[in-house]
Amino acid sequence: MVAIDPQRIRADFPIFQRDFNGKRLAYLDSASTALKPRVVIEAMNDYNARYSANVHRGIYTTGEEATAAYEGARVKAARFLNAPDSHEIIFVRGATEGINLVAYSWGRQNIRQADTILLTELEHHANLVPWQLLTQERDADLEFVALDDQGRLNQQSFEVLLRTRPRLVAFTHVSNGLGTINPVREMVAMAHDAGALVLIDGAQAVPHGPVDVQELGCDFYVFSGHKVVGPTGSGVLWARKELLDEMPPFMGGGEMIREVHLRRTTFNDVPWKFEAGTPDIAAAIGLGAALDYLSGIGMENVRAHERRLTEYALEVLPREVPGIKIYGPASPSDRAGIVTFNLADIHPHDVATLLDRDAVAIRAGHHCTQPLHERLGEAATARASFNVYSDRDDIDRLVAGLQSVQRIFSRDATAAAPVAASA
Amino acid sequence: MDDLYRDEILEHYRRPHNFGTLPSPDAMHEGSNPLCGDRLTMMLGIGAGGTVDAVAFTGRGCAISQASASMLTDGIKGKSLEEVARLGAQDVLDDLGIEISPARLKCALLSLETLQGALADRVAWQSPTDPT
Repeated sequence: MVAIDPQRIRADFPIFQRDFNGKRLAYLDSASTALKPRVVIEAMNDYNARYSANVHRGIYTTGEEATAAYEGARVKAARFLNAPDSHEIIFVRGATEGINLVAYSWGRQNIRQADTILLTELEHHANLVPWQLLTQERDADLEFVALDDQGRLNQQSFEVLLRTRPRLVAFTHVSNGLGTINPVREMVAMAHDAGALVLIDGAQAVPHGPVDVQELGCDFYVFSGHKVVGPTGSGVLWARKELLDEMPPFMGGGEMIREVHLRRTTFNDVPWKFEAGTPDIAAAIGLGAALDYLSGIGMENVRAHERRLTEYALEVLPREVPGIKIYGPASPSDRAGIVTFNLADIHPHDVATLLDRDAVAIRAGHHCTQPLHERLGEAATARASFNVYSDRDDIDRLVAGLQSVQRIFSRDATAAAPVAASA
Repeated sequence: MDDLYRDEILEHYRRPHNFGTLPSPDAMHEGSNPLCGDRLTMMLGIGAGGTVDAVAFTGRGCAISQASASMLTDGIKGKSLEEVARLGAQDVLDDLGIEISPARLKCALLSLETLQGALADRVAWQSPTDPT
């Protein structure tokens, strides 16, 4: 294991050269989208500037180069997830599209009336709404694994709900709302024993540590490129080959066909069967460069780095910021680089606006997890999240910023008592 | 930027005016901010002459949305429904008197949207052509 030197890493990210009123950006919203290193920007520029051409079509130099780079990115993605076969990698716009693809293709083929799909209360809207749409259409049922008070999945609730014999269990690897790392391998084994297939939303897991789909044993795995320092508009759906071969196409058009007649069409092989139309070629190539970049650092090192930052944040925030409430698992080993919190009597929007003045960027809102926030009893929370370029200085600036927010809101001490609602 | 959280805004946030409920409102609407899920309920008591005789709001929100609701409800008391219906975004922003970034505009205007919702609900309820 090699300790990451964030200062050296930051030299790879051009955004840190930008001046924000004399300050460097303290970017603590990587769970929303990660910053992009120069190698990713250059890989995309290089495609657009030097070999811009469509893929799988051009019988000329740039067309062949574009195809090689695009398919090369697929091999890189397969290696990154330790997928047994690069044909199991389908390029999508992001985790959201990957889940929708499974819902519309596998789901419509396999989910019947009164079938159950098992989700959890932790899910991002992307792993909830597609299943609502599908089960409404099919008159099927949704069930939800409950959370314990630390925001971890209640394994007893999971065991009980597996007795409903769900056709599919879909859950997040790492919670974007709380950072909770779920025991995926154990849960996949239990779900398989109950006869279900398993989809894992890896949007928050792939950026923060090694992921091996063979070791996890799941059936579908999705992630977004823009959270792994890659471009927006890139993402991956991985699924076992035999499942993909049986699934009908999601979208029809060019590229996904073998032969088209006026009244019938035969389809291309996997993965191209699922990649109708000209794909976002630059984004796929950029994603390949991003995965190379992270592999160069080593995902074990990334995980260790973020663990240390999370430990530091969980130690320093409660000590230095009185009245802060931190949500999610108490132990840093149960959470990825995400710390969700609120300040007493100060709305997270106001916190985020005031921190922005100091060039500290955090997320404020429900983070696309409204059911989770209902469970927490909060409409909104503030969230700080880390990536390879984050360091202790970012957290120190967050602490100083939060102290300053508290000073501003308690300016008039005589009026500081909250007014009780007359309702 | 400090002006965004000037004393008057914070004072309205800490002790919002007209915060609470009306026992039997003539018009009522719940609005929400899709950005954060904050909710605001506004209730109006309307007098015989078509004026706003009473107004109250409840809900949780940020300093900007709470101060905006506090100021807006102060401003419409005693006004005719026609005058209230003419209020626009600029009136609310002028009242707040601060520079609002595009990202926070929804917070500042939640109270106005909720008020307009209450007026629209009332019109629909009163209209004889409306089947409801």
